Amino acid sequence: MWKWLHPYAKPEKSYQLAGKLLPWFAVVTVVTFVVGLVWGLLFAPADYQQGDSFRIIYIHVPAAMMAMAAYSTMAIAAFIALVWQIRLAEMNIAAIAPVGAVFTFIALITGAAWGKPMWGAWWVWDARLTSELILLFVYLGIIALYNAFSDKVLAGRAASILTLVGVINLPIIHYSVVWWNTLHQGATIMKLDKPSMDPAMLWPLMIMIVGFGAFLGTLSLMRFRNEILARESHRPWVSVLVTEKLAGEK
Amino acid sequence: MFNVFLQVVSKELKGAFRRQSDILNPVWFFIIVVTLFPLGIGTDPTLLARIAPGIIWVAALLAALLSFERLFKDDFIDGSLEQLMLMPHPLAWLVSAKVFAHWLLTGLPILFVSPLLAVFLAMEVDTYLALFLTLLIGTPILSLLGAIGVALTVGLRKGGILLSLIMLPLSIPILIFSTMAIDAAAYGQSYLGLLALLGAMLVTSITLAPFAIAASLRVSVS
Amino acid sequence: MAFDSLADFFAMGGYGFYVWLSYGITFFVLIFLIVNSMNKKKKIFKSVEQRLSREQRIKKAQNMEGTL
Repeated sequence: MWKWLHPYAKPEKSYQLAGKLLPWFAVVTVVTFVVGLVWGLLFAPADYQQGDSFRIIYIHVPAAMMAMAAYSTMAIAAFIALVWQIRLAEMNIAAIAPVGAVFTFIALITGAAWGKPMWGAWWVWDARLTSELILLFVYLGIIALYNAFSDKVLAGRAASILTLVGVINLPIIHYSVVWWNTLHQGATIMKLDKPSMDPAMLWPLMIMIVGFGAFLGTLSLMRFRNEILARESHRPWVSVLVTEKLAGEK
Repeated sequence: MFNVFLQVVSKELKGAFRRQSDILNPVWFFIIVVTLFPLGIGTDPTLLARIAPGIIWVAALLAALLSFERLFKDDFIDGSLEQLMLMPHPLAWLVSAKVFAHWLLTGLPILFVSPLLAVFLAMEVDTYLALFLTLLIGTPILSLLGAIGVALTVGLRKGGILLSLIMLPLSIPILIFSTMAIDAAAYGQSYLGLLALLGAMLVTSITLAPFAIAASLRVSVS
Repeated sequence: MAFDSLADFFAMGGYGFYVWLSYGITFFVLIFLIVNSMNKKKKIFKSVEQRLSREQRIKKAQNMEGTL
């Protein structure tokens, strides 16, 4: 049943597939960002409690959700890499990790900038914020571990193991607002109920979530292609690719 | 199978007793670090008692980090780690023996020194038991998690710093729950639930960590 | 529109500093990430190009050795 997937275990094939997908993700990113930001910043009504500061949500929530989505993708890739010994899955981890780390950083910074006017403090050590900070540390650990090995095959395997060890953090982050009495707001979208936000504010948020997802995809595909080229640079297909590009430029 | 476990543990213990500084250094570090806090922060007993659980636990964490150097590094350098991996027994079983021995040599001393440090930090007597129990359950978890980190970094040159970056974020939940339990004891409340959570973490680590350690060793020693 | 004037838009109901701090940092960080990814690609292409031209030079030198 999965036979159609097999050719993509070859780096060259996956490189080309990623190249074909990249423009689509990039276009979706740009369109959703423009629509979402214009709608969210200019047209969505101000919140009756938080005023216009709530507009930070249009970056904060998408970044935080995509940071967790990125880690989930890495964890699945790590599982595939360890069970089926597919090198490309390890390259995927190396590609996505920096993007996920940056998104986590954005979530933390925008959260702090939102928390200062709302809660009166840039930072509180409640469960949601602490577990998100731990996520950032785990991301940095994975990136550091991958870069510490000069043999990238070993690096990929080590990073896969560490990714799977750290995956326990994800349910902790998600349920932290349920299990603990926290200052951070509870779940408004990702729950088994109707969302508790007004549609006029919710629509731009959904668009931005899709936008950040497409952005995650775009950057991951770009870095995935880079990783393939870097690790396969001695192969003939890479030489052909580079000479063709040079000929095209001249 | 159990024979092999005991043999690995006794070999580790014998080797450690020949280089006693390896065992004593982390314990001395633990004591000295905890002693620095009253000297640096001030000797007000109520303040010290309030922050004591955190200080002792952070110091235990750092002392554990220091002690991991000896877990696999020496064996890696002289080749006996490879020999361990070539044995016909499951590697996960053998590494659990090594980690158990490591805990006996580092976690247990920290455990037994902790009442002395509780006195230094003017902790109330009711909290001594909570401190002891959280360390009893928590230090093995630290040994297991740290062993994963050590196994991943044993082949690298600057592995020590990377190890702290990997291990400390994973230890944060243990730190939080342990100090919450000791604080609950200080207010006379029941901390059984928190101990149960820590116990659950211990059981999960004991079951899963050896496999992660074995897989990591296979990556580092290739 | 939720705002009456451009000045209102920048003020964000008094929360302007925090809102624009968030959007500003996000914008710069994301741009940095894009630029970094594109630069890495250029570097890889450059190193492969250098390796290929080095191999060509070696081959040429070997051919010439035969004729000298």
